[in-house]
Amino acid sequence: MLKLEARPQLSRFWSYGSPILALCITVLIGMALFAALGKDPVKGLLVFFYEPIKNGYAIGELMVKATPLLIIAMGLAVCFRSNVWNIGAEGQYVVGAIAASWVALMADKSTGAWILPAIVLAGIAGGMLWASIAAVLRDKFNANEILVTLMLVYVALLLLNYVVTGPLKDPMGFNFPQSKNFEAVTQIPRLMKGSRVSIGLVIALFGAVALWIFLFRTRAGFAQQVGGLAPAAARYAGFSSRRAIWIALLTSGAAAGLAGSLEVAGPIGQLTAYLPAGYGFAAIIVAFVGRLHPVGMVFSALLMSMFYIGGELAQSRLGLPKSLTGVFQGLLLFTLLACDTLIAYRLRRSAAARQAPTQGTASLQASTPLTAQPAAIASEGGV
Amino acid sequence: METYALLLASMLSSGTILAIAALGLLINEKAGVVNLGAEGLMLVAAIAGFAITVHTGSSWLGFLAGMAAGALLAAAFGYLVIWLNTNQYATGLALSLFGVGLSAFVGINYVQAKLPERIQYAIPVLGDLPLVGPALFRHHPLVYFAVALTFGLIWFLYRTRAGLVLRSVGESPESAHALGYPVRRIRFAAVIAGGALCGLAGAYLSEVYVGLWVENMVAGRGWIALALTTFATWRPLRVLLGAYLFGGVTQISFHLQTVGVNIPSQFLNMMPYVATIVVLALISRNPAFIRINMPASIGKPFYPGS
Repeated sequence: MLKLEARPQLSRFWSYGSPILALCITVLIGMALFAALGKDPVKGLLVFFYEPIKNGYAIGELMVKATPLLIIAMGLAVCFRSNVWNIGAEGQYVVGAIAASWVALMADKSTGAWILPAIVLAGIAGGMLWASIAAVLRDKFNANEILVTLMLVYVALLLLNYVVTGPLKDPMGFNFPQSKNFEAVTQIPRLMKGSRVSIGLVIALFGAVALWIFLFRTRAGFAQQVGGLAPAAARYAGFSSRRAIWIALLTSGAAAGLAGSLEVAGPIGQLTAYLPAGYGFAAIIVAFVGRLHPVGMVFSALLMSMFYIGGELAQSRLGLPKSLTGVFQGLLLFTLLACDTLIAYRLRRSAAARQAPTQGTASLQASTPLTAQPAAIASEGGV
Repeated sequence: METYALLLASMLSSGTILAIAALGLLINEKAGVVNLGAEGLMLVAAIAGFAITVHTGSSWLGFLAGMAAGALLAAAFGYLVIWLNTNQYATGLALSLFGVGLSAFVGINYVQAKLPERIQYAIPVLGDLPLVGPALFRHHPLVYFAVALTFGLIWFLYRTRAGLVLRSVGESPESAHALGYPVRRIRFAAVIAGGALCGLAGAYLSEVYVGLWVENMVAGRGWIALALTTFATWRPLRVLLGAYLFGGVTQISFHLQTVGVNIPSQFLNMMPYVATIVVLALISRNPAFIRINMPASIGKPFYPGS
């Protein structure tokens, strides 16, 4: 009989090993799923994990998908470390893209390159604006940000629909819900020829470094994290919780809006009703799997984009629906949370009575290596 | 006047989905567990119920399938948060994302599927009354079930011993544990019951309310149901009335579109979501008001023996 026994202190090995174990379990379940659907499981495995990396072009495509995921996830990391649950990154991404498109459509053949920073800034502003709605409601009305940001996602999607069938619709687009193609001058520069990767990748990597510095080397970053781990201690230390909420939401909104502007003015090149690809939600998984740490999130962004591309390939090569991607992503997060138990508990094959666990991984930060506190703090309040 | 009677009827019908889901969520929140996976649960149950109905022709088997799907997913969730003590919010979110993906995946084959002929339900004498008849007495049995469930829950929670134990587990699991109650098993049972009801709501949506399968058809109702349990301060009757109110907002926005109001349809469709935000903001303004009624151990993991 397997029993769970509390560890005397959190296991550092499993802090790093748990995501890998979760991935393995997800892969196994995935292979079982392929077999159940009558497809060759090994072929399915290859399609998901080998095809996306087998040549330079494939890796480029991987980077194209990983860029927005990483950017949004970094903003979300600031949020989640502050115990602010911004689930509406998808909505902020969409509004950022709308704002960026609006600026991009103002360009014509004679516009100079100054339009590019304007597009990106518009995207950031749009995302921040959308997130600030949740911030103001949390700050002034104490409204739960999970629900507000989520409801705003649906509002944002409807807003997008309105914008592409109304004000920004291409008058020569045969009534399709899309805007004009953006002028060539508005396109975010590509990183190298032959690949669709834009300089957004460089921005993302710089952002990862900046995030690391912010979180681990600045007082403000420290204040954010203390606010998330031990709110009472933060209050005692004089860290303003109101400011923490604003910083968290505005940062993640800005990041999501930035990602939106880079996508719409980069690989896509026009505003369509098909813009929302679930990046905002996938980024939540990227953030968790990456343990809210910049280095971890780089790897998990690559992993998640493999799932995206794998899903598309599975559709074209194996005839499986693209929504398989969503199944894998959700499954990964689920198994990760389950495997995280191993950080705080040991599995013992014995008849010994279950010992009293004194800690768990209930606190989000408790499972982050080196920032874990022996007595996990449960979150305050409810939905 | 006819239109208003029909509007009221559609409000009750639409509100029933939210009501059943929210009452299910109320049960597990009363025990102290927040299930953010409601949206995913409802979607998976919606496709499960729809698929079973398409294959067997029986909508009641479909409802059972929906409840089973909801209960199963909720059990997986419950195992993680109650026995492995994972973070309730993160796990619920994972369940939601997984449910969205799984339902889209399974539902691919059912996008064009049609259900057997819809039965028109009507209560014999009452259904023929003018105006009141079509408004109140010609509904699908589940609409009446929602009302019965509300009063049944009020009775269960506030007048039975089992309900008292459930509430005490939600208020202070340590005390309940000290008294010898199996806190984790009670929470687990509450989570499964809540999941089954969310599943029922999802199945009702796909089989009866809409009658089709569309990807992501729950359209945020799971999240609205979660918000509803908060606005209604965890009281069943308030949940029911709140559900009807939100059902009403959705129906009014449709009605305005058909009447030809000069607002773009997308903005009218935003109404339920905006209404949720507004009510949430107003209700949350006084944190003490919520905290008085909130089960004290919501969201907190329970460690027996510590």
